[in-house]
Amino acid sequence: MAGTDADIIDALVGITPGSSLDAIRARRPEARAHAQATYRALFTPDAPGNISAQERFAVGEFVAGLHGATAIADRYAERLVESGASAALKEAVDAAVKEAKTHGPYGSYPAGPLSREDAAGPVYRVAAATRRALGPRLAPAFEHVHMLVFHPRDAAPAALQALLDAGWSTTDIVTLSQIVAFLSFQIRVVTGLRTLAGRP
Amino acid sequence: MTEKVLVPPDHTVPIAFTRAQLDWLPWLEPLAVEAMTPRHLASLVDAARVKSPYFRLLARDPDALEARTRTDKDIFYNPDAGLPRAERELAAAATSRFNGCLYCASVHARHAATYSKREADVQHLLDAGVTADLGERWNAIVAASVALTATPTTFGPEHVDRLRHAGLDDLAISDVIHAAAFFNWANRLMLSLGEPAATV
Repeated sequence: MAGTDADIIDALVGITPGSSLDAIRARRPEARAHAQATYRALFTPDAPGNISAQERFAVGEFVAGLHGATAIADRYAERLVESGASAALKEAVDAAVKEAKTHGPYGSYPAGPLSREDAAGPVYRVAAATRRALGPRLAPAFEHVHMLVFHPRDAAPAALQALLDAGWSTTDIVTLSQIVAFLSFQIRVVTGLRTLAGRP
Repeated sequence: MTEKVLVPPDHTVPIAFTRAQLDWLPWLEPLAVEAMTPRHLASLVDAARVKSPYFRLLARDPDALEARTRTDKDIFYNPDAGLPRAERELAAAATSRFNGCLYCASVHARHAATYSKREADVQHLLDAGVTADLGERWNAIVAASVALTATPTTFGPEHVDRLRHAGLDDLAISDVIHAAAFFNWANRLMLSLGEPAATV
């Protein structure tokens, strides 16, 4: 039911009713409501399709962890455990964050004048033990997610084919991409507003 | 049956940031117009977007697309005070320049130039990158957008102070945060689900 759940950005920033940030967010009411609606669509959808709640929250913890956003990662990790994830899966996500963390954005441009801005960086391949625990769907997904988080300008059709080959449908890939892209927004809004609130 | 990525038709790959109109070619199959349900069509929000392969691809997850679009529109088009439209577009263009999204940068550099009438400064941002000197107020907005875009973020109280010193109130600073954060969402979808093509 729309609008009846607690606003996750407010909760993560620590916005209380009547505060100055509450008033600022109220000036952009559609953005506030639909950021929350996006969260619901991607993490507690009416029709989950082929992507399980565990997969969605595992990606959530991984993306927030890669951003070094510990409090947000903890929130998604809690939801992952609540969705029935095994201890082994939770540990695998934690391990993947440690394996994969780096600094972005980096990547390459098409050959030409922008090539002087090419910046090399790691291409993540999930370590063998982590890969076994994540399983054959989440392990390739995490490799894709790492690219989306840190070096999205290296995206190429081959990366999408790897997901299709691992059993993600075209529609599943759209949803997975939206989860990562939306979290890239949510994490920055939370970080930005928290910084603003800390500077009265 | 495993699905296959699309092979785009022959096209000219843009090799520099530009304010010119670009096309966008999908790597995954958009929904066919005749296969779209009323829910898919409603998720486009603007009926004219049925012509866009990008939006027909994202319509595969209609709830996520509709909420994304309504978030986008309020952040950029809400006329109630805060950051002027031109500078919301500047934050979007700077974020796209830093992440390396030529398509997004082309659209939002055009908008920034149109609303600000500062075509030369916008073009300088595209040509020289996010360290271009655009005058202190624009420099502060670009620097804040870039810091928020880095993963992990480097956005800190010094960015808030600099924006305030440049004359932004807290609603305007919140608009910078949301505009840059939103383009971290948009860039990742545009960069990873297809590619730009020069128009002739």
